[in-house]
Amino acid sequence: MGFSKDQLLNRLQELEIDYSKYEHPPVLTVEEQAKYVSSSEGALSKNLFLKDKKHRYYIVSAMVDTKVDMKVLSQRLGLGKGGIRMAPEEALGELLQVSLGCVTPFAVVNESARDVALLLDQKFKNQTRCIFHPLSNDVSVSLNTLGLDKFLKSIGRDPVYVDLEANPVVGKDQAPDLAVYVPSNSVVVPEVSNKTSTIQNPPPKSVSAEVKPVASAKPSKPAGKVKSVAENSVPLAYKNPEKFVEEIMDKTSALLLSEAKGESVEALAETLRKRLTSDLTHLAIMYKNTAYAEGFYAGTHHQPKRL
Amino acid sequence: MEQSLPYDNRIDSESSEQVVNPWEVSAKDGGKIDYDKLIDKFGCKRLEESLIDRVERLTGRQPHKFLRRGVFFAHRDFNEILDAYESGERFYLYTGRGPSSEALHLGHLIPFMFTKYLQEAFKVPLVIQLTDDEKFMWKNLTVEESERLARENARDIIACGFDVTKTFIFSDFDHVGGAFYKNMVKVSKCVTLNKAKGIFGFSGEDHIGKLSFPAVQAAPSFPSSFPHLFPGMDKLRCLIPCAIDQDPYFRMTRDVAPRLGYSKPALIESSFFPALQGENGKMSASDPNSAIYVTDTAKDIKNKINKAKSGGHQFSVDQRELGADLEKDIPFKYLSVFLENDSELELVRKEYGEKKGSMDSGNVKKRVTEVLTEIVERHRRARAAVTDEMVEAFMAVRPLPSMFE
Repeated sequence: MGFSKDQLLNRLQELEIDYSKYEHPPVLTVEEQAKYVSSSEGALSKNLFLKDKKHRYYIVSAMVDTKVDMKVLSQRLGLGKGGIRMAPEEALGELLQVSLGCVTPFAVVNESARDVALLLDQKFKNQTRCIFHPLSNDVSVSLNTLGLDKFLKSIGRDPVYVDLEANPVVGKDQAPDLAVYVPSNSVVVPEVSNKTSTIQNPPPKSVSAEVKPVASAKPSKPAGKVKSVAENSVPLAYKNPEKFVEEIMDKTSALLLSEAKGESVEALAETLRKRLTSDLTHLAIMYKNTAYAEGFYAGTHHQPKRL
Repeated sequence: MEQSLPYDNRIDSESSEQVVNPWEVSAKDGGKIDYDKLIDKFGCKRLEESLIDRVERLTGRQPHKFLRRGVFFAHRDFNEILDAYESGERFYLYTGRGPSSEALHLGHLIPFMFTKYLQEAFKVPLVIQLTDDEKFMWKNLTVEESERLARENARDIIACGFDVTKTFIFSDFDHVGGAFYKNMVKVSKCVTLNKAKGIFGFSGEDHIGKLSFPAVQAAPSFPSSFPHLFPGMDKLRCLIPCAIDQDPYFRMTRDVAPRLGYSKPALIESSFFPALQGENGKMSASDPNSAIYVTDTAKDIKNKINKAKSGGHQFSVDQRELGADLEKDIPFKYLSVFLENDSELELVRKEYGEKKGSMDSGNVKKRVTEVLTEIVERHRRARAAVTDEMVEAFMAVRPLPSMFE
């Protein structure tokens, strides 16, 4: 059976993650939850459990007022316009081992959820604390993103924060920016016939409506491995200076947080240098190669000046 | 004194000795490769500790783990390269790949990882030859397919992190001609049919394409083959990092070089990477469980390592009594090649390999799975960044003005 809420809370304590716990009657929606947990404790989250046509699953966890446009999300994942929808109720139990109204980032602690992608709202990072269910909808837990990241890393997951409201152009020359996060493996969930998709916690108010004119995404590679979709996108860190710096800062601060054990600052700096140099050099070389390649392309395609 | 050419492959296979040549590697009686015998027979030299120390002094950085752990263990004239480097002379690197399949495994990446280190440590340029013509000739491929495989493999090679301002990648079908071809023909003129048969084991049944191929692999050892890169630098020395089974090509090249007025290329050679089923097994594209591929997921790696040949004992009582057999233990071998930290490796060696140690095969398998997964995932991320334009740029015939910076 899956992790229980007590096991999860124990794990948080073992990892020395700072959190606050609020018990209340079982709640199925954010509105109900808000009655028992006030916003002074932290930012409430809405959590979507989604599935694509190739049986790959995603948890999208966002601030309540973040607009999550399913069509845009689907395109950014490289799944075309209507490629993603709410996952059926059976999948909730089978993969996440939680009940209705209980989707939460913590669900990825279960082995059954190992192929479920987790996308977190970037806006969480600006909050002092955020609120999630710890695998049970009669408890809410508030913690900050550093704590959540520590937990995720402890189970071998890289925390992925995404600007869920962004609507970048996806087309032939602009790869879907979230396609790297599509799971490499699809999951078979034993189907119970005729169940309609249930609405989870909460019904995303912002879904549908705004269909922005966006160039249709390149059809994903046919045949062969499911993995190829992820391989199609060029990680922006190699092209875009801001993403490049962000990647460096992410790696450095992650290592800093996990290695800072009260030793001297000099020793810590030395550790950082040793552990990061090779990785960051590799990143820098790819950045350089990308710039050179773009320049080379421009050079070989430029029109000579008219005399 | 360097052994000259007469070593004959055919006699080897008849007397069930070990066979090592570019097309076959097998140990005697299904055992392990005897590297001392091989070095003796080929006439190359062991890479001594003193040379590794010298590399550290000259480059001002820790020598690559493949040197520290003896993965690259043999050489020809590497000391002369270091002499030249020390006196301010430069050199260039030459390595290659035979693009026979799309699937690359970690064993394939080893020479490239090492070459990247050499490029960074010595700040020298590199040419990479993709022998699509060789694969067309030896395997059941069309010309188009071997050209396509060459370009696909180029992406994985680029993903290893080579610097585009110092690296030229070329495929034989694309590039042979001009100055390169002139050197090929010069080499061919110096090698008789009998000699080629002696070195490579060719027979009257082999087609003539195979006979002329060694000259193609020899030509990149001479800087005059690349006038767009090394104009007027005919004396520039060449260092070739490769697996030791490629030695025959370069023994031939070294024999020919003085007659053409060229410097002999130097070599630095690696041992063979064991298959997951053990030293006696062969890594083969048809058996996905024989190797870790760069396309494997974390789960695949975990499963493959769990199935790998272990030197640990089934019962923990025996494990504590005897320690693991590190000679046979494949996960430990993989760890010793890929784990960065020397002191951690020593700890594992002690706690797993000696009696009353605290580690069992589960611990080692877990750690090596982590290490390999990190390598494979980093490779995948880097490969995702390789665009067609980038491949074009690496393969364009262009000058490299900052190649020695």
